[in-house]
Amino acid sequence: MRRVLLADQLATAVLWSIAGSVILILIAIIAHFLLAALPDFTPSFLIADPSTDVIGGVGPVLWNSVYVLALTMLVTVPLGVLGAVFMAEYAGTGRLIDLIRFSQELIGSVPSIVVGLFGFAVFVAATGWGFTALAGALALTVFNLPLMTRLAEQAMRAVPDDERSASFALGATKWQTIRHVVLPIAIPGLVTGVILTAGRVFGEAAALLFTAGLATPGRLNFANLNLLDPRSPWSPFHTATTLSVYLWRINSEGTGPVVDQVANLTAAVLIVAVLIFNLGSRALGQLLQRRITGTRS
Amino acid sequence: MSYAPTIPASAESLAPTKIRVRDLRISYDTRVAVRDVNLDVPEHAVTAFIGPSGCGKSTILRCFDRMNDLIPGASVHGSIVLDGEEINAPGVQPVELRRKVGLVFQKPNPFPMSIYENVAYGPRRHGVSSRAALDEVVETSLRRAAIWDEVKDEYRRKNALSLSGGQQQRLCIARMLATGPEVILMDEPCSALDPIATLRIEQLITELKTQYTILIVTHNMQQAARVSDRTAFFTLGDDRAGYLVEEGPTRMIFTDPANRLTEDYVAGRFG
Repeated sequence: MRRVLLADQLATAVLWSIAGSVILILIAIIAHFLLAALPDFTPSFLIADPSTDVIGGVGPVLWNSVYVLALTMLVTVPLGVLGAVFMAEYAGTGRLIDLIRFSQELIGSVPSIVVGLFGFAVFVAATGWGFTALAGALALTVFNLPLMTRLAEQAMRAVPDDERSASFALGATKWQTIRHVVLPIAIPGLVTGVILTAGRVFGEAAALLFTAGLATPGRLNFANLNLLDPRSPWSPFHTATTLSVYLWRINSEGTGPVVDQVANLTAAVLIVAVLIFNLGSRALGQLLQRRITGTRS
Repeated sequence: MSYAPTIPASAESLAPTKIRVRDLRISYDTRVAVRDVNLDVPEHAVTAFIGPSGCGKSTILRCFDRMNDLIPGASVHGSIVLDGEEINAPGVQPVELRRKVGLVFQKPNPFPMSIYENVAYGPRRHGVSSRAALDEVVETSLRRAAIWDEVKDEYRRKNALSLSGGQQQRLCIARMLATGPEVILMDEPCSALDPIATLRIEQLITELKTQYTILIVTHNMQQAARVSDRTAFFTLGDDRAGYLVEEGPTRMIFTDPANRLTEDYVAGRFG
């Protein structure tokens, strides 16, 4: 009897320490880069060009990261959610859905550098666009769509059938039921999907090297609103070196006395940006669900 | 010269027939689940379905709003006529039928939305969008389901899931009333509720029957005796298919049934 109790306590302790170490690792990573970056940080680092002064800034690459993220989400989220609606509500069971699931898992496990090469062949070379934010976003969509679809499908499958039956019994059609019951209830799960895929977009370097480009960007001219002009930062056709790619680049080819400082600063910006996006999406998801369901809590 | 009948026709049997069921048979794939159901359901009265578990009472109930359409492999044969119209005819849209025939589930299943949005759900899906019209139908339905007084202060914002089980079930009744049904199907609506909440639902059923035709499946024979005007007793045959043993005024089914099986069941000797 005593042994059983001991084992119980031991299991509790082990599980708590594993869970605790997850938090510790997160804190360690954040603390490491924030502490390393803090002495050299000035707000101008966020907006200045890389060539400014000695340390420079990440203004253009930060912009590019946000831009590529937004463009990728614009393509990935609707496609992923619609794909998930099909998988969860229409496909049923059978060979077709097995094949789709198998393909999903395969694409999801292709190394991102390979996805980058594929993206180069299709979105850079075959289209003749060159290195563009759009090519990067499309490569990242190839890479992220399976994950987004799977997470969204799980979120929809977690909605109890009782809710669907209630809707049908009130005379709603299947599409109305999906649109007004299943999707609103699934929002928290969908937001998790968005956050996980967005984190991969922000952090991804390999898939973007050959698609969005790795040139050191010059000054961005935000006054240029021509969406088809590759020199406009608003254009999907501009070359878009992102934070992660920039970090990879200065770390691998950078020389000079301040490379470490710039790398630490860039890493800190990257981490904080991911955190902000993460918390922001959660808040937005809650707001959205409250709006749709008409509730306060 | 003929004598007047010695047993006066009961008031219930004079009510016009709302639903007429003939030779109903329901199967799942090749297995027959229910067979040989012939039944006339009178308007503005409560008809209770009783019988042992697995005899197909709920399955039959769900034929009346074609919810069985949603179960893969289920097929319904025979005739169900509602207000003179065959509900399984090719031209009938289940979506339309379900507005006319409401369903209350065994377990309260409000949407995780505000009380208001729950009740407004049906009307919104049927194209009502004006704020005033929605406000009106929500309030009327909540009042009719006898839950208005408990929620009137916060029904626009309060999440339906924060209500008690009994309140949730009355909310589900309000939500169903908001689609403007004529027939109400109730599938053991009190089985998840405590005795006090059950009593409130039973009172509500008695109020609603003046305007609606109600069919209720119940495991609780006292409940059938308390709320229903007519009772239909189903059981399982030797072929494992459910069938209708007999149907009649509730008083008669409970005190003087024609069939021995009914007598044994209502006396609590099996089931």
